[in-house]
Amino acid sequence: MTDTQIWIIIAALGIGTFLIRYSFLGLVGSRPMPPIILRHLRYAAVAVLPGLVAPLVLWPEATGGQADPARILAACATLLVGLWTRNFLAAMGAGAAVLYGVIGINALVG
Amino acid sequence: MRWIGSGKDISDLFTFAKGWVTGYASDMTSTTGKSPFWLGFRDALPFLLVVAPFAFLFGVVAADVGLDMLQIIAMSITVFAGASQFTALQLMQEAAPVAIVVITAMAVNLRLVMYSAALTPHLGHAVSWRRVLISYFLVDQTYALSVVRFEDQPQWSLPQKTAYYFGVIAPLYPAWMIASILGALLGTTVPEWLALDFAVPICFLAVVGPMLRSAAHVAAAFVSVALALALAWMPYGTGLLVAAIAAMMAGAQVELWRERARGDD
Repeated sequence: MTDTQIWIIIAALGIGTFLIRYSFLGLVGSRPMPPIILRHLRYAAVAVLPGLVAPLVLWPEATGGQADPARILAACATLLVGLWTRNFLAAMGAGAAVLYGVIGINALVG
Repeated sequence: MRWIGSGKDISDLFTFAKGWVTGYASDMTSTTGKSPFWLGFRDALPFLLVVAPFAFLFGVVAADVGLDMLQIIAMSITVFAGASQFTALQLMQEAAPVAIVVITAMAVNLRLVMYSAALTPHLGHAVSWRRVLISYFLVDQTYALSVVRFEDQPQWSLPQKTAYYFGVIAPLYPAWMIASILGALLGTTVPEWLALDFAVPICFLAVVGPMLRSAAHVAAAFVSVALALALAWMPYGTGLLVAAIAAMMAGAQVELWRERARGDD
């Protein structure tokens, strides 16, 4: 990434995100949105983030693309605790605990 | 606009906001006497626990990806949306083309369209420069707390609602900026054994877990993962875009099926 590319990303993402936020408040007003659009928008975040994460969990660059038990277990713990507690912080904590726990055990055993 | 505010739309944040707000709706006599600004400020305080670590990590990861301090601050100011900032960083690290980085990171923000629509009946009549500010500060927390509080206080005037909204963002915005700067400053001193490359996946999974509230959400997440892995060979991160579009359609379709099934009962 060159400096110019980074600045283009920052500017374009900033403007685009503002326009998304401004869409109804500033432009469309109180007209209701077609239900079919709404039905798709509801799943936007949950459609992007899992797909972004999956390769990072299975083929992490830090291990040269080799599956790493510590990372896979940490990912499972994060997801399960998140599902169970519905709490972002608890999920993060569980993931970090498992990651460092397994890395620590590996270091001791190895 | 009933369908927009219904609880199933938004993550557990909404449930949390509702519990938090109605928690002291019982001592209404004291809340009605308070200024809406400070009420919003107080409602937002527990969210500092989520916002500050998230922003700190953003700073750390951004410095690691190679952004300088000015770029990190600029990104936090112009974008001000955590999940999409992390998405952009991840794709930048993978050296995806600029357009792909921007489009994918924006897709994460599409949920803000729903928030914008949901707040319009309440704040859409503010003067135009204020609507610009309201839009700029629209994040998960301002949306979730405001929608719950506005339904709770239907007698509030536009200035009171606006004051509440700005009260919510008042502690969160500086916290986001300061924590991301701190993260960027301290990030380069983080030792390798901390495996910080994995902070982004854990962060995202911690965001996603609580979002999986219905069969439709689970279906969307499943399609997203399966296709992103199967299409990983596609160049320039385009596989993820295809996976995301298919996943959105899967979520919408499952929701439709479930609605029809319920209708037939």
